Amino acid sequence: MATTKDTTPVHEVRPVTQELRIPARYLPTPTIGPGHSFATITDHISTIVLRRKTPIGWFIGLLIAMGGVGLLSISITWLLVKGIGIWGINHPVGWGMDIINFVWWIGIGHAGTLISAILLLLRQEWRTSINRFAEAMTLFAVASAGLYPALHTGRPWFDYWLFPYPNTMGLWPQFRSPLMWDVFAVSTYATVSALFWYVGLIPDLATLRDRATNIWVKRAYGAFALGWRGSAKHWLRYEHAYLLLAGLSTPLVLSVHTIVSFDFAVAQIPGWHATFFPPYFVAGAVFAGFAMVLTLAIPARKFFRLEDFITMKHLENMGKVLLATGLIVVYAYAMEWFYGLYSGNAFEGYMLKNRATGPYAKMYVALWVCNGLAPQLMWFKRFRTSTFWLFVVAMFVNVGMWLERFVIIPASLHRDFLPSSWGMYHGTFWDWSMFIGSIGLFFSLLFLFVRFLPMISIFEMRTLLPEAQAHSHEEAH
Amino acid sequence: MAQIFHRSANTLSRVTIFGAIFIAGFALWVIGGIVRSPYFTNQGIQREQPVPFSHQHHVGGLGIDCRYCHTSVETSNFAGIPPTSTCMNCHSQIWTNADMLAPVRASFASGRPLVWSRVHRLPDFVHFNHSIHVNKGIGCESCHGRIDKMNLTYQASPLTMEWCLSCHRAPEKHIRPRDQVFNMGYRPANQQIDGPRLVTEYNVKKLTSCSTCHY
Repeated sequence: MATTKDTTPVHEVRPVTQELRIPARYLPTPTIGPGHSFATITDHISTIVLRRKTPIGWFIGLLIAMGGVGLLSISITWLLVKGIGIWGINHPVGWGMDIINFVWWIGIGHAGTLISAILLLLRQEWRTSINRFAEAMTLFAVASAGLYPALHTGRPWFDYWLFPYPNTMGLWPQFRSPLMWDVFAVSTYATVSALFWYVGLIPDLATLRDRATNIWVKRAYGAFALGWRGSAKHWLRYEHAYLLLAGLSTPLVLSVHTIVSFDFAVAQIPGWHATFFPPYFVAGAVFAGFAMVLTLAIPARKFFRLEDFITMKHLENMGKVLLATGLIVVYAYAMEWFYGLYSGNAFEGYMLKNRATGPYAKMYVALWVCNGLAPQLMWFKRFRTSTFWLFVVAMFVNVGMWLERFVIIPASLHRDFLPSSWGMYHGTFWDWSMFIGSIGLFFSLLFLFVRFLPMISIFEMRTLLPEAQAHSHEEAH
Repeated sequence: MAQIFHRSANTLSRVTIFGAIFIAGFALWVIGGIVRSPYFTNQGIQREQPVPFSHQHHVGGLGIDCRYCHTSVETSNFAGIPPTSTCMNCHSQIWTNADMLAPVRASFASGRPLVWSRVHRLPDFVHFNHSIHVNKGIGCESCHGRIDKMNLTYQASPLTMEWCLSCHRAPEKHIRPRDQVFNMGYRPANQQIDGPRLVTEYNVKKLTSCSTCHY
């Protein structure tokens, strides 16, 4: 886009004495497809929400996901009627698929926070097109995760007892319990993630308000846009708020899964009681989260023709993150063996032997294949730049991270110190229906999100254009 | 472009945003008050009884000891509701024709006990034992209030767990010498010194374990 009129103050104009020719391979890969202007970005993203006819595929997808929500509702109703005895948990495995799924979902949420907060502070421009999407994913994953501990209490109608409030019982919650810390970690996480996501949406909500034609649609977006007019004052305050929230979110990326890992590490069960659990869990969470972002982004960019915004560069970068965090996770698996052998502790040693050769050995081997082997493909650019292979690896990691929690939780609990108290754990129908149901809930929310809100940040994408960059007028001559 | 909201939307949104905090805070405060109110705790509510028995008259006026009627208070978890024959010990001699006492005489004649309305009701998941309290120097008055001034009996205390714990966490503030347990209107001379001394002397401990009351 050529500038028609030079508005630059005279003293800032520097003569271009010599044209610099930089070989293409040294130039950074653009994070947005070629040929876009401010208008085309806004059009492309906002029409998905406002003008384009809802594709039939969206309805089919939502219907399937809603089926999952139905299954979830039935499972929860039956749970409330009968109690948690309908699950496979019992002595000695008191934590089963409910806690596995909780940790799995919470982990998945971490990519959103990492992308939106840490990559923002590190000024990684490529985050821009995936952050909105990943943040929404975080919120919905936390919503799915939150169901499990809330229902696991057995009497969810007393869940408010988990919060310290001046009650007539004159009691405080047990602050020395990591389960209590979990309540604060997860609720803070949910609150800050929701705020971050919403604040980031405000300018785009105003765009939708201005572009909508129906007065009621205008009013709906307008109410949530909180009177945004895009004045310089608004932008200044917005930037401050967004940066502050990013600062608030950053420690959460580390703290939430650290505290989730304390649920295990603070207990004395072999296979849980290890000091390296916090970094191991955080890396695993980011690993799982990026796998889920890839799982969602690859079909979404195809379906909504967003290849210009979520470019191959984005996907490749996510593949790299997957490899890096995957290696940390593999290191942790290796360290488990080292600690078990080096400690010389009979129970630790038995725990490892039981993992590798016990009744759940198949899951342990599958875990190594999914989390250990599959991500190694990401060493090669050929696989990193192939949506098919990225998707395959991401699916392996999704499964692998679930298996990891299975190996940690029931496989550690089922054979503890006393052989007389050993037992087996199997998920029941209701365990699986809750799990499938929570996946349905996650996807239902996601389908509604992509239909009613801009899934890519419009105004942030616009800042990626060359004409939005400082000194762009120089090149325009 | 036409305005999509009326001018009043500005005020409305400001009030909503600022009000949300105060309204939410106020709502919580109100809920906190409601759950402690007599509506929930039954504190201070006089119950309809088959005979309008007055503790004020019998205890305050005549000076009958608590244990004359509540015979098992020192040995059992239940203080005991007197049988009709206890009433008739006196009322076969005095006020023998009083209309008010007709149900008592009818009960005595038929052998069918009077059905009193229970005033103090604790949930099933908590155990309360009168004898341990009485024997460890907790006065009737500490929980039941000035019974000797009650016309119709009512529950003087809220009986919330918070209230139980207010004494279980600080028994030295409420403990009294054993010989003062049945004394209404006991005024401690120097509770700050006597309280801790009595707690040690009566070996009062382990009051805040869950299984002290929930077993």
